[in-house]
Amino acid sequence: MSMLSIRGVGKHFGGLQVLQDVNIEVPGGAIFALIGPNGAGKTTVFNLVTGLLKPSAGSIAFQGQDLAGIAPHKITRLGIARTFQNIRLFPDMTLLQNVMVGRHHLTSYSGVAALFALPSFREAERRSRDRALELLSWVKLDHKAESTADNLSYGEQRKLEFARALATEPKLLLLDEPVAGMNSSEKAVLMEEIRNIRDRGYGVFLIEHDMRFVMNLCDRVAVLNFGRIIAEGAPEEIRNSPEVIEAYLGRGDEAEVLP
Amino acid sequence: MEAFADFWATYSTLIFTVGIHALLALSLWLTLSCGLLSLANAAFMGIGAYTAALLTLHLHWPFPMVLAAGALAPAAVALVIGAPTLRLSGVYLAMATLAFGEVTRILVLNLEITGGPEGLNGIPLLTTWWHILLILAAAGYALARLRRSRMGRAFEAIREDEVAARMMGIDVEGHKLAAFTLGAVLAGLAGALNAHSTFFISPREYGFENAVDILTMTILGGISSLIGPVLGATILTLLPELLRFLHAYRLAVNGLILIAVVLFLPTGLWDSRRLRQLVGAWRTRREGKP
Repeated sequence: MSMLSIRGVGKHFGGLQVLQDVNIEVPGGAIFALIGPNGAGKTTVFNLVTGLLKPSAGSIAFQGQDLAGIAPHKITRLGIARTFQNIRLFPDMTLLQNVMVGRHHLTSYSGVAALFALPSFREAERRSRDRALELLSWVKLDHKAESTADNLSYGEQRKLEFARALATEPKLLLLDEPVAGMNSSEKAVLMEEIRNIRDRGYGVFLIEHDMRFVMNLCDRVAVLNFGRIIAEGAPEEIRNSPEVIEAYLGRGDEAEVLP
Repeated sequence: MEAFADFWATYSTLIFTVGIHALLALSLWLTLSCGLLSLANAAFMGIGAYTAALLTLHLHWPFPMVLAAGALAPAAVALVIGAPTLRLSGVYLAMATLAFGEVTRILVLNLEITGGPEGLNGIPLLTTWWHILLILAAAGYALARLRRSRMGRAFEAIREDEVAARMMGIDVEGHKLAAFTLGAVLAGLAGALNAHSTFFISPREYGFENAVDILTMTILGGISSLIGPVLGATILTLLPELLRFLHAYRLAVNGLILIAVVLFLPTGLWDSRRLRQLVGAWRTRREGKP
């Protein structure tokens, strides 16, 4: 059974049809990629899944539960976390604080306990801090836990965003163009991190542009073009699909028209 | 001893005002810490002041209960108006809260029970210096604890990036309402203390000018820590007194100083990050010498 089911989903903004009859089944414990040219509607799919936008048609279910009408922060608590195409960290907070924010709903104590630093407060905060440090060590940033997020390099900021998303203890992690703007060695490092995350038992659903990156990394790929899914399958099938080649490179006969 | 008695007789009002302004600046700091630019805190102060004064004058409640009511009345109002207005952000929220402040002022101006434009007279002087000090210290302590809790982290996250905070599982609307309401509690307390230290209150004291004054104190001091607002409130309250020797030019110089601070220290007088860097630079220079 798939972890996330997107069934017949459509989305229009006024007269602009962005997605049409999109069907995607994302399995758990694997790396699933949604690829497609610029403006195909990929990020819109993520915004629908996380509740930031509401679908105009169709339904989205996570582990069998319909997500319609559930507030975005509650969807996160159900087990879906995400990163952003244009990294959105809390720049003035330390790395540790950034990750601890992700543990918000998993850290509980009363206001009185917080006010007087009672044992229940100290214990919950300590657990949260330990887990945050552990997650930072997964992405090899624990040695910078106390510096502020705006001091990080671009690649490090991406990794911090991973750790922060994992702090919500998700079952499915949505990554929006995780290697955008990176050079090939940074990409290789990040690919390794994403594999590590999958091997720890998380489902990964990512959006990507970079075909080579996707083909080497993913277990399964879906291709979105002009708001429609045009192909879905294992990376090799996608690589050889005529529709996909057409979407990315244009049609053969158009090239022949040229002198 | 006599010198101190003289000093106290002359300046006690001023010192009371510094304390009350500091409490107001902290109330706005709390609201701003969640990213809410609110101009409602002067009105919340007024609601607290009138509630407290009326309870003392008509029902003769004991002072601690009067203070509690002065804190809770504006909080109840904040809960009601917060739900619709806190959907707005930035200057739009500032405008909505400004409108609320004006409505409150005009309401107080026209109601019979509040004494209309003449205000309320003969409020017993029940506020003592230690009331102010105790409440200010308690508020400072509570806010310092809040900053280190999950709620404080959530406020900061919302201020820095609302969408990211939402995606981290934080109930953004709930936290905004909490920050707004808790800010109203502190502003109401300041109002209740103020009413019982000045003998007389009128709607004029809780209008637009006051709202801007509170904002200026908080921003001038800097919102990166709790010291900033207290420092800003102290300086802005004392500055006009210290500049008395300038006579007619007093307010002009006061304004120039404010402009200079905003231009050259845009993060406020007390910026903990800048101070840390300064201390760090000073240390390395000293240790670098043979």
